[in-house]
Amino acid sequence: MRFLSNKSIEKLRTAGSLPDLSGTGYALVEFLARGGMGAVYLAKDEKLNRRVALKILESEDPQGTLVNRLAREAQVLAQLEHPGIVPVHDAGTLEDGRVYYAMKFVQGSRLDGFLANAASLSERLRLFLRICDTISFAHSRGILHRDLKPANIMIGAFGEVLVMDWGLAKILVPKTRPTTSSTVTEMPDAITNGTPFRHADSEITDVTGDGMVMGTPGYMSPEQAGGNAANVDERSDVFSLGRLLALMVTESGNTKPAKSDRALRAMCEKASSRNPGDRYESVFSFAEDVSRFLEGLPVTAYHEHIWERMQRFYQRYQAAILLITAYLTMRALFILYSRH
Amino acid sequence: MNKILLGLLVGALLGALDGATAWLTPAVRAQIVGIIVGSTMKGVIAGVAAGIFARKVNSVPLGILFGLAVGFVLAFLVAYLQHGYYLQIIVPGSIVGMIVGWATQQYGVASRSPVAAR
Repeated sequence: MRFLSNKSIEKLRTAGSLPDLSGTGYALVEFLARGGMGAVYLAKDEKLNRRVALKILESEDPQGTLVNRLAREAQVLAQLEHPGIVPVHDAGTLEDGRVYYAMKFVQGSRLDGFLANAASLSERLRLFLRICDTISFAHSRGILHRDLKPANIMIGAFGEVLVMDWGLAKILVPKTRPTTSSTVTEMPDAITNGTPFRHADSEITDVTGDGMVMGTPGYMSPEQAGGNAANVDERSDVFSLGRLLALMVTESGNTKPAKSDRALRAMCEKASSRNPGDRYESVFSFAEDVSRFLEGLPVTAYHEHIWERMQRFYQRYQAAILLITAYLTMRALFILYSRH
Repeated sequence: MNKILLGLLVGALLGALDGATAWLTPAVRAQIVGIIVGSTMKGVIAGVAAGIFARKVNSVPLGILFGLAVGFVLAFLVAYLQHGYYLQIIVPGSIVGMIVGWATQQYGVASRSPVAAR
């Protein structure tokens, strides 16, 4: 009698848990990752002969909450055509009734992994601006991400920035004057049915009051953590971006950029203020401040002293100031020399 | 403003100012007009060259280095033709070249934006 090795048993177990893609037009290649509500597989689109990533619902979902969430995530992604958002190719149901959607297969690394190798502060800030650009685009289409964190930012093989996991996205219906406050109602969805939800990748979720709290502690805004979905607007994503920026500018990943510029710290603090009214009004205005910082201009989040202003001016025009000083010194010396 | 035009204007302005400083040297004050015209031409040539370089190479240090080289060569030629004042012409001329090199790297539009497809 022969016994199977542990390795073989593990292989059989994995094969048994793999989804059956027959009738979908996709052929399974390999398992990629497991997320909050589903698993992501690498598959081959047999019709177009290309590789795609398939997100398939995995968790038990007797009430259909997660089915709705996954379907809505696919719909949200399909509405957002932007270089920073992974395009959705297809959505459907497997033979066993599980919902899936197919999206572009992205190769790259997560932001937190990428930051370990990213060199200069300006490179990190430019990367951050591309994240802001994507989120600002989503906001312009009336969609909030609500779960911005390093694990949901992918840096592609060619340096492209992709914002992932729109499963917690909230669709806003603008008021008559969309520029002031755009949050009024939420699309009817199955998220807020009172069922506590737990993400698989260590995110703690909780129920507060009559609302449901979803997001990642440390990156989730206080109003989002409070569970009142009606109070969550664009500034909630601004909060998460503030925390993200703080992480991006500190090598150690501390929440405060201790060694960096005061203006940079002030921007992080303003963006992640507890009170939404104290934050930047939009991701666009936050990004504008970061751009100004990058260009050596004053930022709105920090009132600098005259000495700091002079220092910034010198840093911005250092080469020109040194060259002009050298020229004037030379000229003065030659004049003195010629007169003697 | 494109980088070549910017280089031309900055070069002309700095060249003229550089030439005008000769007025402070009594020995050459009589030839001030010729010096200013020559220095302006020198600045224009250096500026245009730095502008062309800046359109092709996007690097401030390399732009300054290129400006230094062009400024040095042009100033050396002027000093050689005048048979004197080598140091007084070459050193400031080279620095002016560096300033023009910096300005063309830092400012101005590198090229026209692509025309949108119809």
